[in-house]
Formats: sequence, structure tokens, C-alpha cells
Amino acid sequence: MTGESAKQSVVITNPQGFHMRPMAAFVEAAKRFPCNVTVMRAGMHPVDGKSILGLFELVAVPGTELIIEANGPQAFEAVEALMAIFTQDFEEEHEAAK
Amino acid sequence: MEIKRGIPVSPGVAIGTALVLETEGIRIPRQFVTKSQTKNEVDRLHAALTQAVADAHANQEAISEKLGKQYGAIFAAHALLIEDPELVREIEQLITTKNHSAEYAVSRTMRRHAKTLEALNQPMFSTRAADLFDIEKSLLKHLVGHQGDPLQNMQEPAVILAHDLTPSETANLDPKFVYAFATEAGGKASHTAIMAGVLEIPAVVGLGRLLMDVSGGDEVIVDGNRGVVILNPDEETRERYLVLQRQFGNFAKRLDELRDLPGETKDGTRAALLGNIEFPQEAQHCTGRGADGVGLYRTEFLYLNKTEDPNESEQYEAYMAVLRAIGPNKQVVIRTLDLGADKLFHRPDILAEKNPAMGMRSVRLCLRNLSLFKTQLRAILRASHHGDVRIMFPMVSTLMELRQCKMILGDVKEELEEEGIPFNRKMPVGTMIEVPSAALMAEEIAKEVNFFSIGTNDLIQYTLAADRTNEHVASLYNAGDPAVLRLIDHVIRAGQKHGTEVCVCGEMSGDPLYTILLLGMGLRQLSMTPQNLPEVKKIIRSITIEEAKQVAQEAMRLDTARDVNNYLREQTRRILPEVVVN
Repeated sequence: MTGESAKQSVVITNPQGFHMRPMAAFVEAAKRFPCNVTVMRAGMHPVDGKSILGLFELVAVPGTELIIEANGPQAFEAVEALMAIFTQDFEEEHEAAK
Repeated sequence: MEIKRGIPVSPGVAIGTALVLETEGIRIPRQFVTKSQTKNEVDRLHAALTQAVADAHANQEAISEKLGKQYGAIFAAHALLIEDPELVREIEQLITTKNHSAEYAVSRTMRRHAKTLEALNQPMFSTRAADLFDIEKSLLKHLVGHQGDPLQNMQEPAVILAHDLTPSETANLDPKFVYAFATEAGGKASHTAIMAGVLEIPAVVGLGRLLMDVSGGDEVIVDGNRGVVILNPDEETRERYLVLQRQFGNFAKRLDELRDLPGETKDGTRAALLGNIEFPQEAQHCTGRGADGVGLYRTEFLYLNKTEDPNESEQYEAYMAVLRAIGPNKQVVIRTLDLGADKLFHRPDILAEKNPAMGMRSVRLCLRNLSLFKTQLRAILRASHHGDVRIMFPMVSTLMELRQCKMILGDVKEELEEEGIPFNRKMPVGTMIEVPSAALMAEEIAKEVNFFSIGTNDLIQYTLAADRTNEHVASLYNAGDPAVLRLIDHVIRAGQKHGTEVCVCGEMSGDPLYTILLLGMGLRQLSMTPQNLPEVKKIIRSITIEEAKQVAQEAMRLDTARDVNNYLREQTRRILPEVVVN
């Protein structure tokens, strides 16, 4: 099972970019899984998906493409849960903003 | 290594470790620990992390309830940041491999990351640096615990870096422990600048953003001659500054040789060179430089940081201390209380004012608090029995105010007379000319006082309506502005016409750039920060009165402050090439 690995990409569409609140949700979600999680921006080193400071360094402004990768137990579930944040969490915020 | 440029306000060069004063005044007590203490430091770090995380969660709950969940979530992010594995690893590493104290390691790490974020130049994310500072503060608060005023109990000498220093902060500094000052805010005439001059400490102000680039304990060079601050200098720069430090000491020594020579021009026109002091101990700074007396003895220190007004004997002792140091035959001009109500925290009647600079201060305050005022007048009068004491009222803006002051002085004299307490019945009475209305009414005021002292700092501020400590408008504040020069000229002529002595006691009189001008305009008394005395004396001794008059005439014809200053700089350099004029 330790050989398990998953990968998906997402484009940031939120007008405020990948900012503090979804980042916090992302890190909290990532920490719930035993696998390693990394996030990579094209042309840059991957950062630790369980470190909010790491996510800071992505500088993911609107339009940035991010690749989320998990290695280890529950890698698939992890990537799925993390991808959901980009849709669900941002949407909630739009709702709240209204 | 990083180089910052600001405004030089007090000469000299200092090299030392930084003591960073944040708005909340948290100070890093020490930078390094011994190897055997590092384990303890890591433990302290983790305890602080745990507490700071708890704080963040508490904030999250409180803010969510108050403002909504999405705002509380910011603090959830803070909590995640505080226990971020990368961050914690980095801090631990600084402790274990570089023997940093937990505080220093936290500060270094947070500032490094904050700087990286700022450097991205993405306005969208720029607030994150502020988040990191917030976390730094929270961690330091837990690490350091409750700390008194960091300036109060300094253990070893340091270079003080701050956004700005308040007058009371500066007044309480122990010069033995302060190598230099450097502040983000402030201009040439800010309190920090004045106090640095008084304490003879190199200082640079108006540096702009500084604190976020430096951690307490970093090595810092302050070059008060050129207005440069260097953070974490490299070895070569350090060496160069050690040499400069020695050279500056030599230059000061050469000026010292002028001590016992009179302040007179080549053709024998004598100017009295006096010192401005704030604390009794500074009287020695005047005598040590051969001053002709004290032209301005500020008395505010007696009232600051007190739980009640100073009593008569306390004040009398402070005045006597200066008289004893100066001697009975040299003038000592004591200025009555020149504070705003906003500074007298111990008084119950303080008002919150929208615009304290134009509010209830100085004689305005004294005239409405007669017992406070009379106590000071009694102490000054009693001291007048023992030397050449002269009294001066600050901030006078109308003739009526002056008359009121003199009337109360008369009352106090009568009281003393009745009590049989000796004082000098002919003690000279003077007024500061620092409000444009008083400058314009100088002719009338001159008939009712023995002397004027032009307070250029406030006169410039009020004439140009520019706060000297506000870096955005500080450039308007300029002693060379023709409007200011015309007011000064008017005051000098009024004094000459009525036989009223005129002195200048603002920063301008100690600035070598204006020495020739002031002399040429007709001033024969200059009162300044004692450390400026030798240089001003050297300039006076290098010219003839005719030369000075010509320079003044020419300068008075110019239209802008810039032209005036450029012209004066040129003339001063021509006459005395080695003088440093900014």
C-alpha cells in the first residue's frame, strides 16, 4: 500500500488567489491523511502540503496552475479531499460574501 | 549586510548590537546561549508555541462569534503557522546549531520569511508579512513573559532601533548603555534628534522601513555623520568603520582645543555662545566646552513621569545644581514649563486634544493652573539670589499673555518679599519668540521684556504649518525658508530698536550651516546643544563681521529655502572647508 500515489492539477480561479483561509483548510485536511502531500507550481520546487508556510511560497495568484501530489497510504482519498477544497471552500466563501 | 539611509541628526559613529523597540516594547533579552542551554531553549520554544497556538484558537472563537466564521478562520491559519513543521524545524535549527536564544531564533526566522513575502511584491499577499509579525510578537510575548520598560533596565550597551522615541522614553535613557539611536520616523528637529544631540550619542532618523529588516541582537553600525545605518556589516565595512570611529574622535579633539578661546570674529566682534540643557548634569557639557552660560534650561524633565507636580524645593535644587556648575557670573536662562497637557499624565484635568501642538500647552497651561505656575516661579526666583538667573516664558502668542505672566511673577515676588526670602529683584525677564504672531508683534513685546529668545523649531513649524516629525511633510520644515528668515530679521530689528537682547535657541543656532547667516543678520547670542559649540565657534572665529553681513544680505535676497541653503553651504565651505555641513 505504501507505493500508492495520486496526482491532480487545478487552476486557481478565485479572484483573491489561493489565500489564507483556503490554505488553512488545505493544511488541516492534508494533516488528516498519513500520506505525504506536496503542492507544485510549474517550474518550481514542490512544497510540503502540510505546511502553510510552504503554501505561502507558492504565491498562487489567480490563473496559477497547481499540481497536488500524494504518496503513501490513502493517497487517492487525500488528493480527492484536497481537490474538493478548491471548489467547495471557495464556493462557500462566495456564498458568505453575498 | 544591508545599508539604510536617513537624516543625520547627531554626529559620531557607533558599532553595537541592536535593541529593537517594537510598538509593544518587547525586547529580546539575549541573543546567544551556551551549548548546554540549547536544550532548555528548545523546551522554552515548545512551551511558547503551545501557548501561542492556544491564543490563536481563543482568538478564532472570539472573532468567529463577533464577526463571523470567515474572519475567525484567519486565526485558524495563524495557529497552523505557529505549529508549521518547516517553521518549527527552522527555529530549532538556529537554536541547536547556532546557539541562538529561543527569542532570537524566533525573530530571525519570522523576519526572514516576512521579508521573502514582501520581496514578492504581490499586494495580494503583502498582508501575510503582517501575519508573521503578529505571530512573532505572540511567541516573543510568551517567551519573554512580562517585561518592564525595556529601556529601563538595560544590562549592556546597545544601539537602539525604534519607529520613533517618545520624549519620555528618551529622557529616561541611560547614556552609558546607549551607543546610538536610529529611528524610522522623525526629522532633523524631532525629540529623538534633540535628545541624541544632548546625550552626545550618534543618531540617524527618518530611515523609513527599518525594523522589519532587523532582529534584536543583530550587529548594527550607525553613522551619525553621514546618516547611514548598516545592518549586519561585512568584515571589510566593519574595519572601515572602526577606523572612521577613531578619526571622528580626533576631529572632536581638535575642536576641543578651542574651548578657552572666545567666540569672536577675526575682526573682534564678540558673540556669546550658550548651551541648551535639559538635565542638571548637562551643565558640565557646557562648561566643558567653554560656553558663556546656559541660554536655555528646559524644565520639563521635572514634570515628566511623575505621580504629582514637583514641589518647590525639588525644583530649587535642580536649578541650584546648574548654578553651582556654571558659576555665579554666567547667565542661566530658565524656561518655565513648556509642556502640553497631553504629557502631564499625572494630572487629573488632562483633556484629550485634537491638535495638541496648537492646544493647551506651555504658558497657556500655566496661566490656567496658577498653583503649578507659582510654585515654579518661586523656585526660580529663589535661585536668582545665587547667580545670573534669567526667566523666560515659552509659547507666548499675544502681548496679553506676556502681561499676565509678568503680573503673576509680580505677585510671587511680593509673596517672597513678605516672607523675607531673598531673590534678585532685577532678574531679567524674557520671552520665547516661537509663534508667528509674537514674531510679528516683536516691536510691542520688546518694550516689555529684557530679552527675546527665538525658538526656531516651533517658529518654523508654525510658520510653514509643517510637523517636523511627520516624514511626509518634513521637507517643508526648513530653517532656511525665506518666510522664517524674514520673521527672524524682524525680531532682531525690533530688539535692536528697543535695546532688547535677542538670542536664538532653536536647533538652527547649533547648525553650522546657519552660523554665518545668523551672525550677519545681527545676532550676538546663540544658544545651542553644547556639543555644537566648538564647531560654531570655529566658524565665527574664521570670518570677519563684514563678510558675515554680506552673506546674510545675499541670503535674504533669495526666494526659496533650497537656494538659501545651497548658498549658505557654498559660503560656509569657502570659509571653512573642513566643516561638515549637511
